[in-house]
Amino acid sequence: MRAIHPFHGGVHLAEHKTESTGTAIGWMSLLPRYVVPLSQHIGQPAIPVVKPGDRVLRGQMIGRPTGTISTAVHAPTSGIVSAVEMHPVAHPSGLTGLCVVIESDGADRAVEMSGIDWRNLDPAEVQAHVRDLGLAGLGGAVFPSAIKLQRGNAARIPTLILNGSECEPWITCDDMLMRERADATLRGAAMMRHLLGADTVLVGIEDNKPQAIAAMTEAARQAPFPVEIVAVPTLYPSGGAKQLTRLLTGLDNPTGKLSTEIGVQVFNVGTAYSMYRALELGEPMISRVVTVTGHVPRPGNFEARIGTPLRDLLAAAGGDLPGTTGHIIGGPMMGFDLDDARAPVVKAVNCIIAKRVEQFPPAAPAMPCIRCGQCAQACPAELQPFELYWYAKAKDFEKTRRYNLFDCIECGCCSYVCPSHIPLVDYYRFAKSEIRAHELDAQASQAARERHDFRTFRLEREKREKAEKLAQKATTRLDSGAVAEDDPAAAKKKAILQAAIERAAKAKVATTPQNTDNLSPTVQREIDAIEARRQAAPDDAAATGRQPTEAP
Amino acid sequence: MLTAILVLAGIGLALGALLGWASDYFKVEEDPIVDKIDAILPQTQCGQCGFPGCRPYAEAIAKGEADINRCPPGGEANIKQLAELLGVEAKPLGEGLEPKPKAVAVIDENTCIGCTLCIQACPVDAIVGASKQLHTIVADLCTGCELCLAPCPVDCIAMTVIPARLDNWKWQYPVIHLRQVA
Repeated sequence: MRAIHPFHGGVHLAEHKTESTGTAIGWMSLLPRYVVPLSQHIGQPAIPVVKPGDRVLRGQMIGRPTGTISTAVHAPTSGIVSAVEMHPVAHPSGLTGLCVVIESDGADRAVEMSGIDWRNLDPAEVQAHVRDLGLAGLGGAVFPSAIKLQRGNAARIPTLILNGSECEPWITCDDMLMRERADATLRGAAMMRHLLGADTVLVGIEDNKPQAIAAMTEAARQAPFPVEIVAVPTLYPSGGAKQLTRLLTGLDNPTGKLSTEIGVQVFNVGTAYSMYRALELGEPMISRVVTVTGHVPRPGNFEARIGTPLRDLLAAAGGDLPGTTGHIIGGPMMGFDLDDARAPVVKAVNCIIAKRVEQFPPAAPAMPCIRCGQCAQACPAELQPFELYWYAKAKDFEKTRRYNLFDCIECGCCSYVCPSHIPLVDYYRFAKSEIRAHELDAQASQAARERHDFRTFRLEREKREKAEKLAQKATTRLDSGAVAEDDPAAAKKKAILQAAIERAAKAKVATTPQNTDNLSPTVQREIDAIEARRQAAPDDAAATGRQPTEAP
Repeated sequence: MLTAILVLAGIGLALGALLGWASDYFKVEEDPIVDKIDAILPQTQCGQCGFPGCRPYAEAIAKGEADINRCPPGGEANIKQLAELLGVEAKPLGEGLEPKPKAVAVIDENTCIGCTLCIQACPVDAIVGASKQLHTIVADLCTGCELCLAPCPVDCIAMTVIPARLDNWKWQYPVIHLRQVA
């Protein structure tokens, strides 16, 4: 029996799990229309590779990964792409995102899918495969899985943890997945174990899911590698990656470091299951289990294709009951309010809760912080939430950073226990996004500075070069000899010129009067007379330019 | 008496020589505070501060010739940082200066005549084009300085405010909505 290392803080919450665990995972009938966002993961959005009018098959790649942190997007069914356009998406901002809209043809024909020999292939090749099949973490952060399967600088990652805690109230998709598909989940874990070179595989499950624990224990007994199924005490947020790591191994994640640096990698159980589908069957991530619960007639879990409009998903559970005041995507602690039910299911959506006012009353008005310190006692990241709140409220972001704001996992324990009902996490999210934006601005301004400096340098260089050229021209004209010595081309030119001048001089000297032999005395006398005149007035001739040609 | 004067004069000379040597040996080529100020400024090179670029403004601040609140693109956050660096009080943005939402310049491709005047005006080389060829602005490199607007003879450049998108969206400052209760 593995020793449990409790983490600091945490809160006990009303679970509301049984509402949606009464029925098996349901299958949804094929819908006429799917809307697949191209940005479903953390990192660079996928680039669309289809255009309106294209015919696509189920599992066909419609968005190509780009950049380091990215993953592909695939068609959930066969049909025709009717648009690639901005469409409402499930996001706290309520903004629209670029989506591929597919009108299904009802045939649901698939591309040819086949598994790969992951045991013998090069790990880099398997990772590329995982990236092309669109795998991203299904626990909520949707980080591209291919990157998490890299060992980095380490020779191997000794510990693989499967996260089946599912600590948030209402959500039961991982619970149902483990109950029904324990065997396949552990097969996915085998692949992860192989790629990471892990020797210890731990599955952490909160002890409020006895059936999931039993199913996984049974599957673990038959697994060809050692797996330890560990029941962890039910205490929110035991499903946080850092908290679960501490619970199972006693290791703490140092500030600003990745868990792989302490030899641990954590994956959600749903991701492990998708990994099995991807590598063993060649199926891309085109569906996931989603919990539909709250104020609906038949709450339960559904295997929903990515791109299923959320209102259709709600309809599968019987639709909203009268008195529904809104919907939460995710759980009540970390989720956000849905703006538009036309938004589709994406890889990040694990749960949708229909709210009614008795269960989800409007937030009480916030009152001043009395510095009671309850938030610090509840904080699982061992931060001082009241100090963070103080500085975030004052927009003193440097101070919030010094108080380790980025260790905050936004679990909401502090807001939950706050007797003044201060929406603390909202302040931390605000501060975090301001700091991130500021960092991006700083990068942009550094780039602008470099470009500006280079431009200044270039302009000065051009000016200098122009001045030098002018100066050179001037000196060449004034003093050709001085320049000729250090310039072979000019020297050559000068030599040619010199030779020509000399030739001309020689020719001039060599010119002698012709036809002077055998002259008659009269002609000779005439010539003499002409010569005498020429001698007498050479300056006049030169001045007037006239040739002394007239005969006497 | 004389000995004392000589000794003190000697000490004075020796220390003076040492100081003279040190000032030469540890000479700082450029004031490092200018670099620090320049690092804080947003590098839009827009000249709204009245200086021909961010570095000249940084130099002016360092010399005490300019106030720290002359940079609209940097805004309040910048003033705060400068105040902290220089040990002075932060103050609101200077008179006649107004912060604007972040924008990029866009060339209307139907009107551009390819005169290259905007290319020459762009302080960060963000405009691509050649004589009698259509010009375009690389949006990612544009700092929104607006210096290309004035030289354009056909007024084909307009500033476009960067819209909120999923990738640049920020969580807003939490506000508590007041409700009328009576």
